[in-house]
Amino acid sequence: MLTAIVFLPLIGSLISGFFGKRLGETLAQWIPTGLLFASALLSWIVFAQTLGGEDRLVRLFTWISSGELQADWALRADPLTAVMLVVVTTVSALVHLYSVGYMAEDPSKARFFSYLSFFTFAMLMLVTADNFLQMFFGWEGVGVASYLLIGFWHQKDSANAASMKAFIVNRVGDFGFLLGMFGVFAVFRSLDFDTVFAAAPQYAESTFHFLWMEVKVLEAICFLLFIGAMGKSAQFFLHTWLPDAMEGPTPVSALIHAATMVTAGVVMICRLSPLFEWAPGALAFVTFIGATTALFAATVGLVQNDIKRIIAYSTCSQLGYMFFAAGLGAYPVAMFHLFTHAFFKALLFLGAGAVIHAMHHEQDIRKMGGLWRYIPLTFVMMVVGTLAITGLPLLSGFYSKDAIIEVAFVGKGWVAQYAFFVSLLVAAMTSFYSWRLIFKVFFGPRVWKHDPDPHAAHVEEAHDDHGAHAHDDHGHGHHELHPHESPKTMLIPIGVLTVGAILAGAVFAPGFIGSGYEEFWRGSIFFGPDNHIMHDFHDVPLWVKFAPFVMMLTGFFIAWTLYERRRDLPAKIASSQEALYTFFLNRWWFDQAYDFLFVKPAQALGRFLWKKGDGATIDGAIDGASMKIAPAIAGLLRRAQSGYVFHYAFAMILGVVVLVGLAVV
Amino acid sequence: MGYVLNAVLWLPLIGGLILLLLKGDGPAERLLVKRWSLGISILTFLLSLILLFSFDSGSPAFQFVVDRPWLAGLNYKLGVDGFSFPFLMLTTALMPIVFLASWNVETRVREYFIAFLALETLMIGVFCALDMVLFYLFFEAGLIPMFLIIGVWGGKRRIYASFKFFLYTLLGSLLMLVAMIWMWSYAGTTDIEKLLVTDFPHEGFRIFGFMITGGAQTLLWLAFFASFAVKMPMWPVHTWLPDAHVEAPTAGSVVLAAILLKMGGYGFVRFNLPMFPVASDLMANFVFTLSVIAIIYASLVALVQEDMKKLVAYSSVAHMGFVTMGLFSGNQQGIDGAMFQMLSHGFISGALFLCVGVVYDRLHTREIAAYGGVVNVMPVFAVIFLFFTMGNVGLPGTSGFVGEFLTMAGAFEANTWVAFFAATGVILSAGYALWLYRRVAFGTIVNPHVAEMQEMGRREIALFVPLVIATLYFGLYPKPALDAFGTSTAHLLTRYEAAVGERPPMALPGAAPAAAEAHH
Repeated sequence: MLTAIVFLPLIGSLISGFFGKRLGETLAQWIPTGLLFASALLSWIVFAQTLGGEDRLVRLFTWISSGELQADWALRADPLTAVMLVVVTTVSALVHLYSVGYMAEDPSKARFFSYLSFFTFAMLMLVTADNFLQMFFGWEGVGVASYLLIGFWHQKDSANAASMKAFIVNRVGDFGFLLGMFGVFAVFRSLDFDTVFAAAPQYAESTFHFLWMEVKVLEAICFLLFIGAMGKSAQFFLHTWLPDAMEGPTPVSALIHAATMVTAGVVMICRLSPLFEWAPGALAFVTFIGATTALFAATVGLVQNDIKRIIAYSTCSQLGYMFFAAGLGAYPVAMFHLFTHAFFKALLFLGAGAVIHAMHHEQDIRKMGGLWRYIPLTFVMMVVGTLAITGLPLLSGFYSKDAIIEVAFVGKGWVAQYAFFVSLLVAAMTSFYSWRLIFKVFFGPRVWKHDPDPHAAHVEEAHDDHGAHAHDDHGHGHHELHPHESPKTMLIPIGVLTVGAILAGAVFAPGFIGSGYEEFWRGSIFFGPDNHIMHDFHDVPLWVKFAPFVMMLTGFFIAWTLYERRRDLPAKIASSQEALYTFFLNRWWFDQAYDFLFVKPAQALGRFLWKKGDGATIDGAIDGASMKIAPAIAGLLRRAQSGYVFHYAFAMILGVVVLVGLAVV
Repeated sequence: MGYVLNAVLWLPLIGGLILLLLKGDGPAERLLVKRWSLGISILTFLLSLILLFSFDSGSPAFQFVVDRPWLAGLNYKLGVDGFSFPFLMLTTALMPIVFLASWNVETRVREYFIAFLALETLMIGVFCALDMVLFYLFFEAGLIPMFLIIGVWGGKRRIYASFKFFLYTLLGSLLMLVAMIWMWSYAGTTDIEKLLVTDFPHEGFRIFGFMITGGAQTLLWLAFFASFAVKMPMWPVHTWLPDAHVEAPTAGSVVLAAILLKMGGYGFVRFNLPMFPVASDLMANFVFTLSVIAIIYASLVALVQEDMKKLVAYSSVAHMGFVTMGLFSGNQQGIDGAMFQMLSHGFISGALFLCVGVVYDRLHTREIAAYGGVVNVMPVFAVIFLFFTMGNVGLPGTSGFVGEFLTMAGAFEANTWVAFFAATGVILSAGYALWLYRRVAFGTIVNPHVAEMQEMGRREIALFVPLVIATLYFGLYPKPALDAFGTSTAHLLTRYEAAVGERPPMALPGAAPAAAEAHH
């Protein structure tokens, strides 16, 4: 069954990839979608069985074997895997269905579905891995799928730039992942999870020589592996690719850049908890980076105007929450937030897609407004998603996010205090930017009707060809917009996710993070002998329990004031705090700094080495030495064209043959 | 089975000799030449399959040995082991593709195909010669046809390129010849099998007051190194490669990248590592330094290339950096990885040069800027090109990953700095490879000639299919090749470690800590 879950998406991908043209558009879409739903169904069955205490391990065949280094292709299902299986396949199945509607006017449907299913396969290989190497296979596989999907509209230069950036920034993370793996193998002589985990406690105090330092083995390994997680999960310093990744079609953003792939880093840390638990320094670093990301992304999210980018920064920020929860040792809480987040964030993205669809590929929230009247269903579901992310009691986000804030409160050390402070502040910011989006899009004046030149916005705003198709097919003119509700294939998945966003918290909280957490996770998550945070966080003062709620209300109130009551205020605030506003709007100048620090110097150095190193120095020396012999050889070759030298040369070979031939005779 | 090996070795050359008898140069004769050559290469491949089925990858001994007395007391001795056999198979499997890729050659057709057939025999000879003199003959004679292929059927600057190629490689080999003569006088034999168990002296001595640590081994090592480093090619003697590639016809580039470059690495495991272990150990840091420079330097240079072939050529230099790094790591993973990396590079870089050839045939330029938007007119080509680009980047699941991973894992144990710098190559390779792909395949079509490009025909697709299968097969299931390499590596390492000692483990376990210490 596990094998079917993982390979059905691959089969779907291959079918629509290779036979898409012959099958026709309809089949090329529905076959992968159907297979994905089958895979999702099986995942829930496996999930139930795993909760019943039944782990699985399917060994397929040997992958790499070189001396002591042995790695198999194997599928492993324990509670941690099972949670990811349901998240990945469920969201993916819904996104497939949604895409049938969303991509209705795109000419390359088969290609799109092939990529989407391939992504799902790679993600499943990642979460079912039984060793570091297969995890890395999945890790890179989702990276490629992400690269292909971000650049799906390959006529667009911005999409191509974004896809390349995503791949390369992720490779920076992989650099750490790889070194971490080498460290694991060098020390443990194995890459199998079970072998490494069993030996880990013995190495808690061991040191080795890494670069110029004598460092603790596990601290170094965990730190390096976490760099990989930072890349994939778009954490501070390696986050720059995620906002740009919004160049991809919206279903992609929902599946890959919100619900599944970007959470791989969190999964990795939870999976490797038997290592991280012995590396307190690395965990503190995880906490610090997580909290910083949460804060950074929220500040940038406050001022963005592209509907997808706002949600992208929100994702980045929520991932930060997951990381600092994991960094504090509360892995189940991190996983729980991952789980609920998958529902409400996919919901928000798909909802945003429905809005974009309704607005004919307009993504700028300044050009929207008053839409609730035209797309009421989408509106209601988006509001549910917003309530869930901001943590309205009884909705899913409430359970997971409040738990994280409580974890930060009881955590030890200054990083925990920092995380606690940040998490409260960000709770208010999250509420603010989420409601800002709702107010700007669904309420207020209908900016789009008065738009003097929608065509300009259209060109600037991407989807050139794609957009043009939409217009033609729908018979809409360029000067007027008629927002309309999306087709059923889009609304149903949003609806299912809405139910998930409402219920996922209340239903699963007791198991994931409640008193039954140990039976739920069993051996799949490890707690060091001194890690009692899962017990401690239930006993926090009342004010800590209420604080997130107050923060949420504060954020809502500010958003309501600025974007409903006093619409003149935002501009005033922006101009009075211009420096800060520009700083946030330009995302803390990260892109510019990286371009200046890495991209430009690499190119300049490359050019220098080519012209001066290869050209002037090495070849200069060689050519100088050879100037005297060159004419002679050149003369020979001139005759070569007349055929003589060919014969000479051939005679030489013949000579060799005769010499050697003596032996044969 | 020795006679089969003999047949595999000589069949291509005999096929070439028969072509000499052919008269006339009309279209019919040309087609006959092409078909004949393709047939010969396929027959050779089929013969080599017989060897494949009877090859025992669990044995470190030389197999299919042929040993006859030759002239002047020398022996004509052939045989293969786990190091050489995969390359023999690579050669025989690749040559039919090379001939199929040459179908459009119309100048001096007969000579062209004779040159390639002769080259095939000489390349196979390098991999199965078990006598030092025989090895040297094959190794050097291989230069001649390649020199002609570049010099006669090459591009505009072919004279410069072929001459540079020839001079570089020849100068390196002369030192090797001197070393071989010394070895013969010391050991009294040129039999490689016997030389492999000869202990060459490594006591240090002084020359003009300079202390030569490692003594004779070091000098011999350096002499062989000079030859193989050029062939690899290692930085800083790599500059012949981009020029040779750019000027060579497509098929020449394929053979050069896929097989000829492998002779350097093969030479290292056949001579330097097993015969001069003490010197290899002494020189490891020197090789590491050159390798790491090659990886980073060549990748950075590849990043700014404007010529497709040059870009792929520089990426080859970077990939060969991983090979030399792995070879001298002195452990199983490093050497296995290096051998595998060479095999994999044979498929991937060969295919990339074919890709360049496909678009070059249509647009007659290798300038990247002339392309853009090719995916719109040649979707099948775009998929294949992307596949090999990803292989070049070392994506897990393609064969490119296995070698890169193992060499770096091996290097990490030898020296973490080396692995650290080499791993930056992982980032840089993504940079140059994707940047190339983006400029060629993606975007809108700007050049009107690109809009007229035709999708690949059946012959062209047929070139790539076996390479795609090999890249994927060895990416997902590298075991057959790794087993063959692994047996020979383990055999080599027992001798190596006996000479230089075993490396201590990187970290020692302590007692499981008490709860209180572990978590403050």
